[in-house]
Amino acid sequence: METAPEPGGDVPPKTKKLRVQRKKPRRYWEEEESAPTAARGSPRPPGSKKRKQEARSQRPKNAYIQKKARIAKKPQAPKRPRERRNPESRQTLSGAQDPFPGPAPVPAEATGKFRRINKSKKLPHAKPQTQNRLEVAEAEEEETSLRAARSALLLAEEPGFLEGEDGEDTAKIRQADIVEAVDIASAAKHFDLNLRQFGPYRLNYSQTGRHLAFGGRRGHVAALDWVTKKLMCEINVMEAVRDIRFLHSEALLAVAQSRWLHIYDNQGIELHCIRRCDRITRLEFLPFHFLLASASETGFLTYLDVSVGKIVAALNARAGRLDVMAQNPYNAVIHLGHSNGTVSLWSPALKEPLAKILCHRGGVRAVAVDSTGTYMATSGLDHQLKVFDLRGTFQPLSAQTLPQGAGHLAFSQRGLLAAGTSDVVNIWAGQGKGSLPSLQQPYLTHRLSGHVHGLQFCPFEDVLGVGHSGGITSMLVPGAAEPNFDGLESNPYRSRKQRQEWEVKALLEKVPAELICLDPRALAEVDVVTLEQQKKERIERLGYDPEAKTPFQPKPKQKGRSSTASLVKRKKKVMDEEHRDKVRQSLQQQQKQKKAKPEGARPSALDRFVR
Amino acid sequence: MSATSAKSLLALSQQDELVDLPKDFPLSSSEDEGENDGERKHQKLLEAISSLGGKNRWKLTERSEASLKVSEFNVSSDGTREKLVLSDLLQSVKASSSLVTIKKQLTRVKSKKTVQLPLNKEEVAQIHREVAFNKTSQALSKWDPIVLKNRKAKQLVFPLKKEQAAFAPLEHVVGGWKARTPLEQEILNVLQKNKQPVTDPLLTPAEKASLKAMSLEEAKMRRAELQRARALQSYYEAKARREKKIKSKKYHKVIKKGKAKKALQDFESLRQVNPSVALEELEKVERARMMERMSLKHQNSGKWAKSKAIMAKYDPEARQAMQEQLAKNKELTQKLQVSMESEEEEGGVDEEELLVPDAVNEIQMKANGPNPWMLRSVTLAVSEADEQQDPVQLSCEPTAGEDSESDGEGNSGATEETELRELEERRSLRKRSELSHVAEARDHPEARDTSSQEVLLEVRRLAQKLPKETQPSQPSKGSSTGAAPPALEKEQAAEEEPLLLQRPERARTLEELDELSGEGCCPNLELPSPVSQGLHAGRSPKNQPADPKKKGKMQMIDLQNLLTTRSPSGKSLAVPTTVEEEDEGEREQKQTIKEAFAGDDVMADFLREKREAEEASKPKDVDLTLPGWGEWGGVGLQPSAKKRRRFFIKAPEGPPRRDQKLPNVILSEKRNIHVAAHQVHVLPYPFSHHHQFEQTIQTPIGSTWNTQRAFQKLTTPKVVTKPGHIIKPIKAEDVGYRSSSRSDLSVVQRNPKQLSKRHWKQLKKNSPEALEQ
Repeated sequence: METAPEPGGDVPPKTKKLRVQRKKPRRYWEEEESAPTAARGSPRPPGSKKRKQEARSQRPKNAYIQKKARIAKKPQAPKRPRERRNPESRQTLSGAQDPFPGPAPVPAEATGKFRRINKSKKLPHAKPQTQNRLEVAEAEEEETSLRAARSALLLAEEPGFLEGEDGEDTAKIRQADIVEAVDIASAAKHFDLNLRQFGPYRLNYSQTGRHLAFGGRRGHVAALDWVTKKLMCEINVMEAVRDIRFLHSEALLAVAQSRWLHIYDNQGIELHCIRRCDRITRLEFLPFHFLLASASETGFLTYLDVSVGKIVAALNARAGRLDVMAQNPYNAVIHLGHSNGTVSLWSPALKEPLAKILCHRGGVRAVAVDSTGTYMATSGLDHQLKVFDLRGTFQPLSAQTLPQGAGHLAFSQRGLLAAGTSDVVNIWAGQGKGSLPSLQQPYLTHRLSGHVHGLQFCPFEDVLGVGHSGGITSMLVPGAAEPNFDGLESNPYRSRKQRQEWEVKALLEKVPAELICLDPRALAEVDVVTLEQQKKERIERLGYDPEAKTPFQPKPKQKGRSSTASLVKRKKKVMDEEHRDKVRQSLQQQQKQKKAKPEGARPSALDRFVR
Repeated sequence: MSATSAKSLLALSQQDELVDLPKDFPLSSSEDEGENDGERKHQKLLEAISSLGGKNRWKLTERSEASLKVSEFNVSSDGTREKLVLSDLLQSVKASSSLVTIKKQLTRVKSKKTVQLPLNKEEVAQIHREVAFNKTSQALSKWDPIVLKNRKAKQLVFPLKKEQAAFAPLEHVVGGWKARTPLEQEILNVLQKNKQPVTDPLLTPAEKASLKAMSLEEAKMRRAELQRARALQSYYEAKARREKKIKSKKYHKVIKKGKAKKALQDFESLRQVNPSVALEELEKVERARMMERMSLKHQNSGKWAKSKAIMAKYDPEARQAMQEQLAKNKELTQKLQVSMESEEEEGGVDEEELLVPDAVNEIQMKANGPNPWMLRSVTLAVSEADEQQDPVQLSCEPTAGEDSESDGEGNSGATEETELRELEERRSLRKRSELSHVAEARDHPEARDTSSQEVLLEVRRLAQKLPKETQPSQPSKGSSTGAAPPALEKEQAAEEEPLLLQRPERARTLEELDELSGEGCCPNLELPSPVSQGLHAGRSPKNQPADPKKKGKMQMIDLQNLLTTRSPSGKSLAVPTTVEEEDEGEREQKQTIKEAFAGDDVMADFLREKREAEEASKPKDVDLTLPGWGEWGGVGLQPSAKKRRRFFIKAPEGPPRRDQKLPNVILSEKRNIHVAAHQVHVLPYPFSHHHQFEQTIQTPIGSTWNTQRAFQKLTTPKVVTKPGHIIKPIKAEDVGYRSSSRSDLSVVQRNPKQLSKRHWKQLKKNSPEALEQ
């Protein structure tokens, strides 16, 4: 046992603290004013730009902002039932009662995000044993989702965004204004690189968002740590550069040159020249599969496994020159835009497109897919910008005609849509993450010094990188990126050692290329075709169906009602009922077929002579 | 040779003995007989020996001739090889008394019970096995719950440990504590001074007293009370059950009537005592009436009614029953006139208005919230009220023809026939309405007009009904019995016509529903409705009339819509000046684009492609005809149609394509076999349907998707063995069974629930003791 620290202690500041505490014997559950403000005063996210704080505090706050506070502050509502649950626990050694026994409640919508079992799906009747298993699975899911929702409290950062004062159009706020308003560190993220000499630039951020690589059409290739502006390498490949991409880490760089595909390391040393990929126009890297997808002028879509250096699949799209490509980050499907107005979806496992969507009347100029895999934005030669729903229906959800169609599109991590039309970049925002960007009002616009040639949002930073004919521009777009990063997955601040370890782990967890399909959860389904085939074979082998329903056997009844005649009668009743059901079903089918038949020309009397 | 002879000798001697056995039964036989015997034996032996050499070893004594004399002296069974039966021999002995002793001996032998033949060895073994099985299975079945529990358990830790039976109560733990340090002692002193509990930290004396507040008597009384209540309830339930079982219709009718009367009386009294509550009651009744009017419950439209309608022609009872149903409907749908016209005919109306505001009586605006139908009818009624001077005539107009008909026959007073006719008319009306659906859909505005007219009619009918019911003193409820005057009946029929007319309008076709939804009645909630649809709906009034015809071409139209939707053009681009320029140049650009794409028909190409894909994915038919097979040969002979038909195997129609309803999409129907290789294709044991199994594998267990704790919990090993421990087989003690002295199998199960209860009791017992201390 320790003695309590005496009031007249040795260290004066401590006593002061104590006194302060004695003045206010406040407990965490009591009403207080200072705590929420303290919570709000937590370190500001690096990416959030709070331009008009006073304006924001007055208006009704965004739901996303309120979420954290709600969890911390309002556990009172569902408190009652839990108290009742364990009455014994009230009596503690000291006799004091915990006013909030048990773990803090979590709102249903927070757990709903992590739910995976679709309870609305109706299951066939299950035996008790099966029912037990199902219940266990459900309980597990509930618990894990609850835990996940609880741990969401640990996400320290929250997204910021621009909000205009009454009637103010945020699109009219210029970059200079934003830069003026934000802190110095954030202001440093807006910069322009004037590189007029080597033509329009394509650019790419690394997975962590820390590094930037860009390549000009006239051969200029450079990679830099764009936050510190430290140049990693700068070379001229003396050849036209069509596209540039980081591979899984910032140490490797794939450059699509006019002839072949080259791979450089971060010092500009050429490591590989892949001659099987020639005349590449666009590159995409699928990080979880370690696949480099390349679309070529010859109409081939080639998948290169960069971990083993093998070409996994070379698919002929049969649609001429391919120069519009995007990847779906949700399911790693490659979207190709074609000149006949269609967008085709590809996986290395199939020789034909998974889906073909007719999007525009003219050719497709640009495609982008948002990070949740829900929306696809396309722009075509008909000057339209459309957002499609990718969840099975593939229907346009919103459309907008732009004065000059958009040549480049990009989605941010939080679902902002950027479109580059000639020398202007427009950005549209929706309501929170994973929502449809509303195309009525642009969120931001920016005019550049040259025509746009490449667009990408920087991951984990509220920055949009634009490559244009005048160089590179790094724009500030508040609320574009995910404020919280997963330190184990993509850590912008990782050291070299960490990166190496991550590399090994990622390689161990590499997903096979064949598993790419439209529904990434397909592995959690049963292969019904094979299942049924096997069942059929088994029945054939055995000569009977072992799982068939046993014929109805009437139970014997009391009071002399189970005479043989009545038993037979009951049996027959059930049989008749089953038979009736069958007949009814077959009749319904027949009617359906009848309806399905077109009521075209009536058969003429001469039809009988037709052979 | 010698061996065989020896064998035969042995056999012979044995045979002899056998044969002799009966012969020498007189145990007290004399010597000479024995000698004689010996001689014969000797003779036989000699014969046998002599016959050894020859082929015929068995020389049997032959009888050359049948001897009729069968004497006891030359009995020999040798020749016949028949078995000698003792009784045969004895028959002759019967008479002689000298053989009494022998007889006695014989009976003694007979009376001795023989031991039963032992059972077959296998049978014995089987019986043993069965018994053993039953015993063991019975003994083992006691383990079933434990086995089941262990199977279900998320984790088993071996060696299995007995559950901690009794945990020491807190009081004991705390009781052993002693203050040692000066601080502790000081605190203890303070506590004791303030009479705070020290050894028993839970309860202060005051609290203890409060705990004891309920005395034994009180508790007993309370218990008795509860018991009484329960008993009463059970009596009541039993009574209700008994009454429910009574099959007499009359009884139930009487009961029902009584109830209705009582309800009426109650209402009356309520009205006088508490008018506002009565009003509410009235509203309830009104609502019930509304429900009745909405439903088809008593409209002679059910299955039963249809069957009765068939019978009605011949069966007066059926007719009666149908009438009753209709009457019931009428009764239920009757406007409630507060049922006291008779009492307060003169000033009744005013009083009613005081009591029941017209809002309740005419249209339930206040009661049931805004009912759009009623609201509309009200306004219409108000507008038309001036024009309608003689509502009765107007309302009767549509049924004028029928009325005249019924007049012709109705004079005879056969109300049943009118009823029947009503029925038939209803049916025909329904049919007609079904036929006319298409037409209605086509000229919708007209349909709406008719519907509004009907609403008007309805209003008029209501308006007409009001005065009519207030004037005649006798209520129309009595008509159900059948003795109502024909005129009244007719009136009722006339009243019902508008109701009948109303029906077909209620049933709506899908197209109409679509139209409704298109007009924005019910926005699609789940998904944001596609642009094209919204636009389509916006223009729907033009397209709608031709819709049913064009259904076949729906797909094409949709596609057109998809691509030719007018999307709003973007505004507020970076600098306004350039935007204006763009606006100016926009038209030109559009023109140029149109010209540029005039040639390539993107949609047609796509549709063609889609059709090809559909064709390719369809299962192919198989043609097995062999030209020339079974026919007289000849070059270029076509097999006959019959043959072709016979050997043509039509492929079964596959499942519908996934993109069937998506005009702008071609979805590949090819199966991804690489994914299939990784999928589960065998249903594991307890699951009977793949959906069930899928449900259980939805949650990922990896640390990527879960928090650390959840991950650990999800991946706990099912079996944990402690290193360095011997894992012994499960024992009865381990799981709370009391093992008997003999073996683990013979155990007495203790219910785990009981166990816990007992613990509770023990604990409770302990705690007061602790309190006393």
